Amino acid sequence: MDPIIRINNISYTYPGSDKPALDGLTLDILPGTFTAVLGSNGSGKSTLAKHLNAILTPSAGKVYVDGMDTTDEGNLLAIRRRVGMVFQNPDNQIVANVVEDDVAFAPENLGVEPHEIRRRVDAALRQVGMYEFRMHAPHLLSGGQKQRVAIAGVLAMDPEVLVLDEPTAMLDPRGRREVLAAAESLCRERGITVVLITHHMDEAIRADRVLVLDKGRIALDGAPGEIFSQTAALEALRLTVPETTALITRLNAAGMRLPTTALTDEACAAAIMEALS
Amino acid sequence: MLKDITLGQYFPGDTPVHRLDPRTKLLLTVAYIAAIFMVGSWGGYALVFAALVCVCAVAHIRPKALLKGLKPLVFIIVFTAILNLFFTRGDDVLFQWKALRVTYTGLERAVSMVLRILLLVSGTFLLTYTTSPLAITDGLEKLLSPLKKLHVPVYELSLMMCIALRFIPTLIEETDRIMSAQKARGADLETGTLPERAKALLPLLIPLFISAFRRADELALAMECRCYNGGEGRTRMKQLHMSWRDGVAFLLGAALIAGILLLRRLGI
Repeated sequence: MDPIIRINNISYTYPGSDKPALDGLTLDILPGTFTAVLGSNGSGKSTLAKHLNAILTPSAGKVYVDGMDTTDEGNLLAIRRRVGMVFQNPDNQIVANVVEDDVAFAPENLGVEPHEIRRRVDAALRQVGMYEFRMHAPHLLSGGQKQRVAIAGVLAMDPEVLVLDEPTAMLDPRGRREVLAAAESLCRERGITVVLITHHMDEAIRADRVLVLDKGRIALDGAPGEIFSQTAALEALRLTVPETTALITRLNAAGMRLPTTALTDEACAAAIMEALS
Repeated sequence: MLKDITLGQYFPGDTPVHRLDPRTKLLLTVAYIAAIFMVGSWGGYALVFAALVCVCAVAHIRPKALLKGLKPLVFIIVFTAILNLFFTRGDDVLFQWKALRVTYTGLERAVSMVLRILLLVSGTFLLTYTTSPLAITDGLEKLLSPLKKLHVPVYELSLMMCIALRFIPTLIEETDRIMSAQKARGADLETGTLPERAKALLPLLIPLFISAFRRADELALAMECRCYNGGEGRTRMKQLHMSWRDGVAFLLGAALIAGILLLRRLGI
C-alpha cells in the first residue's frame, strides 16, 4: 500500500531560533492507520503536525501528501482538504455561533453545492455524536462537545487524514474520553487515517503505531505494546508509561510473569486474573 | 454577572414575523424608519403606533420586553424633550417664568420628537427581537452584494460580524475569569474615585487584549486549515428564500406608508 503521507528527511528551524525543531525526520504514514505521536515538551511533535498539512514547510527535505509536494503553493488547498487538522483549544477553532453553521464552514469555502453541504454537515455531526446539538450555540457546550464539533467541522471536508494536535490538553477526563472515542471510531469505522499528537501515554494505547519524538527525531517507533515495555528508554525521554504498564512492571518485579503488551484496562485485568487462577 | 448581558437580543420563536426572510425585515425596517419621518399629523403617529402594536402581537413580543429595551434611552428622551420644549422659538406662549418660556409650538415639537424616537427605537428592536444575529448578517450580505462590483468586501464584512458575534460570549467569560483572578490577588475594581477605578481596569484590559490577539491568531490558523481563502467561489449551506409571506409583508408596509401620506394630506 502506498503511504498517504511521505516525509522524507525533513528539518525545520523556527525563525529566530538556532536549534532545529525537526532534525532529519523520515516517516511514512499508511492510509487507514491510527498513529500516535508522543513526546515531551519541545520534542518537535507539534511542529511535525504542522508539516502534515502545509502550515509549515520544511527548511530541508520534502513532505508529500497523496503524492503532492507541500512546498508547492498550487497544491495548498488540495492538501488541506485531504488533511484536516484539529487544535488544542476548541474555543479558538469555532467560527460561527450555531453548531451546524460552523460545521458548514469548510465545505462552503470549498464551493460545495448547498444540498451536498447539508448532507455532509449532518453526516459529520452524526459521526461525532453531536447531531442533536446542531442548533446550539457553541459557547454553551462542554469542552469535549466543542472539540467534537471542531472534529466534525474538519470531517465535513471529507478528508483522508485527520491530524489531532493535543486535542485533549484542555479537556476534563470525560471530554478526553469522548474525543478519543470519536477519533478512534473514525479510523476504525470510516477508515480515516488518524494522527494523534499527545503527551498522554494512555491516549496512545489504542493506536496501531506509536512514535516517540525527541529533539526533532524519531526516538522510538513501533506497536504500542513494544514501545511501552521499554520502560527505561521512555523514562530517559522524560515520559511516563501508562498506568497499566507501570502496574505490570511492578508486579513482574515482584515475581509475577505478566505480558507487557496488555495495555488497555480490560486486557491488563484479564492478564492478572489469568496469572492468579 | 457579566454573563447576564445580552447583546443584540433575540427572542427565538416560530411566528409569521420570525419566519419572514431577513432581507424583507431589513428592508421593511428601513422603510419603517423613513415612514416615521414622513409622518405629518397626530393621526399618522397613531397609525404607526397601531402598526407597531399589531406586529408585536403577531410576533408574541410582550410590550414589557420593548419597554425594557427603551429604558437606557430615558436620558436621551428627556434631554430631547427639554431641549425642544424650552428652546423652540414661537409667539404662542403657553407660560413664561423668568427666562424660561414654553411655547405651544415647542410643546408640540417636543411631543412629536419623543414619539418619533420611541417609535423608531421600538421598531428597530422588533427587528433584532425576531431575527437572529446570524440571519441579519446573512440578509445584510445578500442585500449589499451588488456592492461587490464596486470592490466593497461585502463577504469579508459579514464574516467579521459573524465572528465578532461568535466571540462576544467567549470574551465576556474571559473577562469574568480575569476579574476574579485579579480580585483574588486583592485588586479593587469597585470602589474609589472614577480615575482610580479606570486605572484599576488596566490590569484587566491588558490580559484581555493579549488573549484576544492570541485567539485571533489561532482562529486564523484554524480557518486556513479549513480551506478558507476569501469570499471568492464560496457557497452557502443555507439559502435565503422569499415566500408569499414576504409579499404580504411588503404590501402591508406599502399600505402603512400610503396611510401615513393620506393622513398627512388630510391633516388628521
